[in-house]
Amino acid sequence: MSAFSAIGEDREIERDEFTPGIEPQATWCPGCGDFGVLKALKQAMPEVGKNPDEVALFTGIGCSGKLNSYFNSYGFHTIHGRSLPVARAAKLANPKIEVIAAGGDGDGYGIGGNHTIHTARENHDMTYIVFNNEIFGLTKGQTSPTSPKGHKSKTQPHGSAKSPIRPLSQQLNAGATYIARTAAVNPNQAKEIIAEAIEHDGFAHIDFLTQCPTWNKDAKHYVPYTDVQQSDEFDFDVSDRAEAAEMMRKTEERLYEGEVLTGRMYIEDERPSYGAEKRAIGEMPEEPLAERYFDEDAEWERTYDNLLQHHK
Amino acid sequence: MTDNELIWRIAGGSGDGIDSTSQNFAKALMRSGLHVFTHRHYPSRIRGGHTYVEVRAKDEDVQSRGDGYNFLLALGDSFARNPQDEAYYGKEELKPLYENFDDLREGGVLLYDEGLLDEEDVEEIELEEAAEENGWHVVPMDLRGIAKEHGREIMRNTAGIGATAAILDIGTEEFETLIEQNMAGDMQEANLAVLEDAYEAASELDIDHDIEVPEGSHDEEQVILSGSNAISYGALDEGCRFISGYPMTPWTDVFTIMSQHLPEFGGISEQVEDEIAAAALALGASHMGVKSMSGSSGGGFALMSEPLGLAEMTETPVVLVEAMRAGPSTGMPTKPEQADLEHVLYTSQGDSARVVFAPANIRECYTQTRSAFRIAYEYQIPSIVIYDQKIQGELRNLPASHFDEEPNADPGSVLTEEEIQDAAHHASGKFQRFLHEPEDGSNVSPRSVPGQKDGRYLATGNEHNPSGHISEDPDNRIAQMERRLNKLDDIRADLDENTSHQTYYGPEDAEHGVLVWGSQQDTAFEAVDRLNENGHSVKALGVSDMAPYPVEEVSEWLESVDQALVVEMNATAQFRGLTQKEIGKYGDKMSSLLKYNGNPFEPAEIVDGFESSINGEELAATNMKYLPAAGD
Ligand SMILES: Cc1ncc(C[n+]2csc(CCOP(=O)(O)OP(=O)(O)O)c2C)c(N)n1
Ligand code: SF4
Repeated sequence: MSAFSAIGEDREIERDEFTPGIEPQATWCPGCGDFGVLKALKQAMPEVGKNPDEVALFTGIGCSGKLNSYFNSYGFHTIHGRSLPVARAAKLANPKIEVIAAGGDGDGYGIGGNHTIHTARENHDMTYIVFNNEIFGLTKGQTSPTSPKGHKSKTQPHGSAKSPIRPLSQQLNAGATYIARTAAVNPNQAKEIIAEAIEHDGFAHIDFLTQCPTWNKDAKHYVPYTDVQQSDEFDFDVSDRAEAAEMMRKTEERLYEGEVLTGRMYIEDERPSYGAEKRAIGEMPEEPLAERYFDEDAEWERTYDNLLQHHK
Repeated sequence: MTDNELIWRIAGGSGDGIDSTSQNFAKALMRSGLHVFTHRHYPSRIRGGHTYVEVRAKDEDVQSRGDGYNFLLALGDSFARNPQDEAYYGKEELKPLYENFDDLREGGVLLYDEGLLDEEDVEEIELEEAAEENGWHVVPMDLRGIAKEHGREIMRNTAGIGATAAILDIGTEEFETLIEQNMAGDMQEANLAVLEDAYEAASELDIDHDIEVPEGSHDEEQVILSGSNAISYGALDEGCRFISGYPMTPWTDVFTIMSQHLPEFGGISEQVEDEIAAAALALGASHMGVKSMSGSSGGGFALMSEPLGLAEMTETPVVLVEAMRAGPSTGMPTKPEQADLEHVLYTSQGDSARVVFAPANIRECYTQTRSAFRIAYEYQIPSIVIYDQKIQGELRNLPASHFDEEPNADPGSVLTEEEIQDAAHHASGKFQRFLHEPEDGSNVSPRSVPGQKDGRYLATGNEHNPSGHISEDPDNRIAQMERRLNKLDDIRADLDENTSHQTYYGPEDAEHGVLVWGSQQDTAFEAVDRLNENGHSVKALGVSDMAPYPVEEVSEWLESVDQALVVEMNATAQFRGLTQKEIGKYGDKMSSLLKYNGNPFEPAEIVDGFESSINGEELAATNMKYLPAAGD
C-alpha cells in the first residue's frame, strides 16, 4: 500500500461521505447562513470528484470557523485570521491535496487582512471562502470590516464612522485569479461556484454572503438577489480586468444600497499558480515534499558531503 | 593576559569588506594548523560607521574572545569620505583607528591605512602619545595606494592582509590559495599582485614587536563556521525541508542560509508577510508531514506567540529559532543579550509546554538543533532553539567529523496507512488522533497526515476530544491536559538517557562554582581555568536545557559547591530566576554577575567578578552588575 493511497482515487464520490457520523451537533443558530455554505460545499465535492481523505480544510476562528467540525475531511481549525498562512504551506508541502480555507469577514478581512492580500498576490492554488455576514458573530455582534457605515453595535454605539471594506475589488487588486460572490440563499449557484473555484488553478476567492439572524437583525437575507451571469442588465467579460473591476464596483456599492448582485466577477486562467512558478524556477521540488518522508527509496543527503566544503 | 596567541583585529566601516576579510584571515590561520575564534562587533548601520572583527588564534582549542587584542589593522571608514556630506560624517573615517585604542594590549602593533587619512587628522587623535604610553608599534602604510595601483581601492583589504602577513612573519601561502580558490580572472591576478606588493613593502619595515604567532597542527580535518551555519546544517541533517520567515537581525542569518540551500536539497523556503504568518506556515507544512522550522528575534518572536500555542494544542511538531538581541522592543539590533529567556519560556496563553534548548557554542548549535527536531517530531511538541547574536556571528573551527552523523529523516510519530487501518476509529469516521491513553503507554498519540486513507481528524486550538472535536467535557479536559503536559517528563527522561546537553567543567571537587548558560559558557570556562591558575578552587556548569529543566543534574551540582556565581548577559538574572523556580532551593547559594551593555563578557571580567564576589568586595568595573544571593 502506498503512503498516500487516498490521493487521486478513481471512484464516484458521494455527498454523504463529507457528513460526519453521529457527532457533533451543529452549534450554529437556527437560520444561520453558515448552514448554506456547509451544504453548498458538500454538494460541490462529488462534482469535483475529491474524496474526503484528499481534502484539507483550514478554518479560522468565529462561527464560520466551526465549518470543519461538520465537514468530514482532514481539518485544521487554526487561530483567528490565520487559516491562510497555514493552508498555503500545506499546499506547498503536498500540492496533490485539495486545499480549502474558510473563515468570517472579521477573520479574513480584519485580523487576517494582511494574509488575505498576500495569499491573493502569490496566487496560491487554493479556494478561500469568506462567510460575509457583515458582523462579528461568535463574539456577539460587534461591527465588522464589512458592516455598513453608520452601523451601530455595542462597541460602536454612535454608528460606525468607517466605510466597509470592498473585498472583491481588494482581491482583484491584490492578484486573485478567480473572484466570485455568492449567497447562502442561492444554493445552486453557490455549489457551482465552489466547484469551479476548487477546479481553478490559482487563488480563488469567494465572498459568500451569509445572514446572521442573531446579531445582524437588520441584515438583508440577501434576497432578492440578481445573478449577474443570468441577467441581461450586466453584460461584461469576466476575464477582462477593467470590466471586472467595474462590475465589482457596482456590486459592492449596490450591496449597501440593498441590491444584491452575485456571480462570477473575475476569472483569469492564464497566470500560473504560485506553486507552478516556484517549481519553474527550481525553488520547489517536482514531487510532493510530504511524500518523500514515506518513501523508503528517498535519498537523504548529509550536509558534510555538500556544504562543508565551503568551510574547509 | 595569555601569551602565545594572536588576537588580530580588523576595523573599518560597515560595508568595507571587514567580514569577508576576517573570514579569510581566520580560515587561512586554521588551514595553517591553528585553532581560531572570531568575535564580531558592528553598529546598526548598513554602510559606514565603526565596525570590527577579532580573530583569535592559538595552538590549542580557543573557547572565546580574549582580553583585548594585540594587532590592529585599521582600514579606516571609506564610506565616511563622502564629500557631499561632510557635515554629517565629520571625521568618522578616523573612528576605526581611535575607537580601538582602549583594548590594544601593551606592545601591540597598530597598522593603519594612511592612504585614507589626512596626516593632520591623525595628529588630532593623539596617536603618537597613546602609542608611546603603551609601547605600541605604529605602522602607517598606504594600503589604498597599493591597491589602486593594481586596479581598485577596495582591494586595500588584501593589501592589509599582505602587510599583516609580513609583520607577523606568517607567509602568504594560505592567503594566495584562498584568493585562487575564491576568485578568477583579472580579480584573482590583481589581488595576488596587491598581496605580494603589500607583503614586500611591509617586509622592508623593520618592526621589532614580540607577538609570537604559535605554530600548530590539527590531527584531523577542520572546518570553520558560524553558529547560524551549524543550526542550519543540524536542521538539514534532521530532514528539515521547509522554512518560513521574515527578516529580523540576528535571526536573518539562519533564514538566509537555509533559503540558499533548501532548494538544492529539494526543500522549500518561504519569505512571508510577517512573523505570525511565518510560524503559521511552518505549522501548515508540518501538519502535512514535512519537517519544518521558522524563527525570529525578540519582537518577531513575540508575534509567533499565538501560533506557538496552536502548535502545542494541536500537537503539531515544529522547531522555532529565537536569535536574541538586546531589548526591550527593538532594543539594540546588532548587540547580543540573553534577555529573551523568559519571553521564550512563558510566551503564549494557558499552561503551555514547549521544549527550549540554549546551545552554548557552534558545536552545540549543530547537535542541539538536531535534538530539537528529534524531540519535536517524536513527542509532537514545539521546540525552540534559543541563541544570541554572539554565537550567530562568530566563527570557530571544529573537526569536520563533528558533522559526520547519519541523517535522520524520520518524521517521528506518524503512522503509515497500514497502521492507520489498525488504529482506533470512531463512529464519526474520524480517526482518534488524540487518544487519552496512547496504546504504547506513552503520552504521544501518533498522527496521520492529509492524503492518507482513513486518517481524517480535526486539529484545533480549542480543547478537543480524541477525534479532534471541540469539547468542554471536564474529564476529557483533564485527560488531554495531563497527557500534553506529561510529555515534558518523558522528554526529560529521554534527554537524561540519550543526550545530556549540560557541560561540566573544571575539577569535580572544586569549592566554588560558576553557573552559566548559552553563549557565555565557553568564556566562563576560560575564566575558570584562570581562576584555578590563580589559586582558587572553581568549577563550572553550563546548562543548555531550559525546558524541561534538568532539575536533578543542577541540584546535585549546586549541592556540591559552597556558592555559585551565575553569569549571564541580562539585567534581571533571568536564568538564575529560572533555576531558583525549578529547583526551589539553593537561592542562598546563587549570586549573579550580569552584563547588559551590548557586549559579551570577556574572561578577565568574569575573573574579576568572581574574585570580588568571594572577597566580598564591590565590583570595580562599571560595565557589569553584581546581584547578591537571595537572603544576603
Ligand atoms: C487574536 C484573537 N482576537 C480576538 C479573538 C476573539 N474572536 C473570536 S471570533 C471573533 C470574530 C468573529 O467574527 P467573524 O470573523 O466575522 O466570524 P463570524 O463569527 O461572524 O462567523 C473574534 C474577535 C480571538 N479568538 N483571537
Ligand atoms: S451568531 Fe450569527 S453567525 Fe453565529 S451561528 Fe448564530 S446566526 Fe450564525
